[in-house]
Amino acid sequence: MTKLHDNKGMQLFFGLLMGIVFGFLLHKGGVTKYDVILGQLRLMDFTVLKIMLSAVIVTMLGISYLYPKQKIQLHVKAGSIKNAVIGGLLFGIGFGTLGYCPGTIAGAVGNGYLDGLLGGMLGIIIGSGVYAAMYSTLKSKKIITEDRFSEKTLFEVFEGNPFRYTLPISGVLAVMMIILEVAGL
Amino acid sequence: MRAFTMVQWSPYVVGLLIGVLNLIALLLSNKVLGASTSYAKASGMVRKIFDKEYVEKNAFYLKTAPNVDWGFMLVIGIVIGAFLSAALSGDFNIVWVPAMWANEISGSFFVRFIVAVFGGVVLGIGSRWAGGCTSGHGISGTSQLSIISWIASICFFIGGVVTAFLVYGL
Repeated sequence: MTKLHDNKGMQLFFGLLMGIVFGFLLHKGGVTKYDVILGQLRLMDFTVLKIMLSAVIVTMLGISYLYPKQKIQLHVKAGSIKNAVIGGLLFGIGFGTLGYCPGTIAGAVGNGYLDGLLGGMLGIIIGSGVYAAMYSTLKSKKIITEDRFSEKTLFEVFEGNPFRYTLPISGVLAVMMIILEVAGL
Repeated sequence: MRAFTMVQWSPYVVGLLIGVLNLIALLLSNKVLGASTSYAKASGMVRKIFDKEYVEKNAFYLKTAPNVDWGFMLVIGIVIGAFLSAALSGDFNIVWVPAMWANEISGSFFVRFIVAVFGGVVLGIGSRWAGGCTSGHGISGTSQLSIISWIASICFFIGGVVTAFLVYGL
């Protein structure tokens, strides 16, 4: 597997192929549309949350099976709780005004949304550039931080069979989706 | 294949398949699904055209090199995949202003354009600040049971819901 992971050309091809499948699924889920995403943020249509929660359950249970067998490695973002809160809220403000997120906007472009292509993508690229320009200052003034604790995942913290905790977590997430269905959302 | 020509599938089926795709990405590519980093790379590529030295010395671009990698191809693939699905189901439409925005806020493309650029800038800064987006943190990080991913994802939605209500009213 390591040989395959190191094959650069093959990995670029895999990235494109998996992106095509991802984009296909995002469109089939309806989340390449501004109205569906804003419907979620206005708490009228819970399609986005239903897709995310079911994707999380499947990925989490798959990792619970594959990780202890050392078939896969975990990939968690570095950072801190403080960054997650400030950055997350900023992201949310952008999410609510733009009406797409970085993945779904690519899907929206494929679906024909020109506000996404001409406005949103341009904005996200500018915003990322602005962050790059601020990065050193934010870091030296300790506005963005890194703590080793928050890089950890429960899979590394707890020893033994992960299904002990991933099955109950999946149960809680499934109950949330059942409540949404019963409530007719 | 009637499924391919359907405009919309059950969100649970879509979510399940995205989960399977994420596991395939872990096995075959040693990666998880995530989109926002590619925009940061794109910003570096554009900046490099005008000021090569700036990008080569910038601490952020030293960490996030502006190159075409697996994740960059993933985002290009998303555009193609969504187009294929939309075209197959007769759902590809050129839209300048989304219907909800046009009906409740304004039908002007210029207004929508300005707001979309503003939203994109804030979202771009926020995604780098938090270290990920709705896919990287919201699906991939949360399913790896990373604490910061759970907190970031909850904040994405708190910020998004509050903003949506500010824009559209209660």
